[in-house]
Amino acid sequence: MGQVLRAIVEPGFFASGLVQRAALIGALVAVVAACVGVFTVLRGQSFAGEALGDIGAAGGSSAYLAGVAPLWGFVAIAVAAAGAIELIGVRHARAAFRDLATGIVLGFGFGLAALFLYLGTIEQSTSGEPVTILFGDVFLLDSSLLPLVAGFGAVALALVLVLYRPLLLASVSGELAAARGLPVRALGALYLLALALAVALAAVTIGAILSTALLVGPAATALQLTRRPSHAIAAAAALGVAAVWLGILAAWDSYYWPPLHHGWPVSFFVVTFVLIGYIGARLWSRRSGGG
Amino acid sequence: MPQAAGAPVILGVDDVSVRLGGRTVLDRVGFTLRAGEFTGLIGSNGAGKTTLFRVILGLQAVSSGRVTGTGERGEVGYVPQKFQLDPDMPLRGRDLVGLGLDGHRLGLPLPSRSRRARVQELVEAVGAGAFADARVGRLSGGEQQRILIAHALASRPRLLLLDEPLANLDLRSAQEVVRLLAQIAAEQRIAILISAHEMNPLLPVMDRIVYLADGRAATGTAHEVIRSDVLSALYGHHVDVLRVHGRVLVVAGAGHDEHPFEAAGSDHDTVEIV
Ligand SMILES: Nc1ncnc2c1ncn2[C@@H]1O[C@H](COP(=O)(O)OP(=O)(O)OP(=O)(O)O)[C@@H](O)[C@H]1O
Ligand SMILES: [Mg+2]
Repeated sequence: MGQVLRAIVEPGFFASGLVQRAALIGALVAVVAACVGVFTVLRGQSFAGEALGDIGAAGGSSAYLAGVAPLWGFVAIAVAAAGAIELIGVRHARAAFRDLATGIVLGFGFGLAALFLYLGTIEQSTSGEPVTILFGDVFLLDSSLLPLVAGFGAVALALVLVLYRPLLLASVSGELAAARGLPVRALGALYLLALALAVALAAVTIGAILSTALLVGPAATALQLTRRPSHAIAAAAALGVAAVWLGILAAWDSYYWPPLHHGWPVSFFVVTFVLIGYIGARLWSRRSGGG
Repeated sequence: MPQAAGAPVILGVDDVSVRLGGRTVLDRVGFTLRAGEFTGLIGSNGAGKTTLFRVILGLQAVSSGRVTGTGERGEVGYVPQKFQLDPDMPLRGRDLVGLGLDGHRLGLPLPSRSRRARVQELVEAVGAGAFADARVGRLSGGEQQRILIAHALASRPRLLLLDEPLANLDLRSAQEVVRLLAQIAAEQRIAILISAHEMNPLLPVMDRIVYLADGRAATGTAHEVIRSDVLSALYGHHVDVLRVHGRVLVVAGAGHDEHPFEAAGSDHDTVEIV
């Protein structure tokens, strides 16, 4: 038993400050992303989530150029892009047209990202930073980020938990919500703010490109497992934390793996575990008749 | 049901006109709804039924006239015409009924015995006990309809609006839903306004009719409205009202050169010919 455990958990894992910090920040982010992500899936806004993450690359890289922590850049640009999506998409009730607004903002954001990443690459002789912005590295997160992550995370989490019932009703049917006198537009805008914050956090943790995986993956998995919205949120949070922790463990172990004996990127493992969870849940829910 | 005549007025629609995109969709429509009264809002596609509901809900501004009697949250329950949910959506019928109860409140719903009991009571009142624990998106049209009625009743409204709740139901389910609604109106003293293309399924329970054609309305009891002279004036050309085996047919008068179905202002599926 002890030997099996030792084979899975390579030496020094639990004692490492690097691991502890990564595990703490990663778990915080996973919980926030999963809770917000359940609403993203309910509202059919996965594309907006994806876009805000991708656009975040422009913010992360410009923050890097300016010499501030990339998280600030991710947050600033995701919130700005969410505002732009809301403004352009306002007149459209249908998701398909809101997606057009998202696509337009996304295209421009990618252009900015290309510019800043290019500038970053020629300014610095090393090209490691752009890779980190796009694909993340939870081991590289500085401990000074912890209060920031906790603060932004608390705001995003508070938004979806405080607005839980009106937001749920508006997400299920805007018509039912409007008939009850709920401010459907304002709820959508506040939700988009929570989404922007959650995506920015996911982007610093597992990278701009991969942030959707942490946002939508655990949520989509949880929907297969439970029929109740509140259970879905709890399950998504647990699944997200599990994927991040397993990813950290696997990345740590991978330092000892032949032939490279050089660690594999942790984001790869996180995304892999998210995918495994999703496939497992689909198979399980199909066998058990769909929960 | 004559006892309704002296009942308190729940809603007054006062000479309401609505213009949308340069067209007059509702043209000086007026009627009142009383407690315990069952009113049918009859009209073909595009007659303005949904628009009228949106006016009553305060979601559509009027260009003239006004709506009186409602205003506080929860006083009006609404079952919309279109309701589509993803089959995978993690939401049980019971959860949707619960959102009818307190969906406007902030925070998570705290589990409480009284809330659970009230949801169960609503679920049973609409005969949804057998499927209230399944995902709403996977229920049949008729089952969803019952859950939505329970959702709308949860806030103890004084007025219940249902936009074509029978449109996707087979004859038997339609009759069951109509009977259920009539019972709710009588027991809970709620005013019910229900829209439909086809008036026949509603005839046994309707206290009053608001008959819409081209945005104009004729209102009164079924006997006052379903008459050749009244409907001819409404349509602007002659129509006959025939009563066959207890059902009502509205057809264009003989000698009219238009196609009789179209002349009655209805589309083919719903013209009231049996
Ligand atoms: N936003 C809008 N702009 C312009 N015209 C509109 C708008 N909304 C509705 N209309 C028009 O108003 C008319 C009435 O529409 P409404 O939806 O109220 O009809 P309805 O009686 O509910 O029809 P149905 O039986 O098909 O549901 C239609 O001709 C429709 O095209
Ligand atoms: Mg309609």
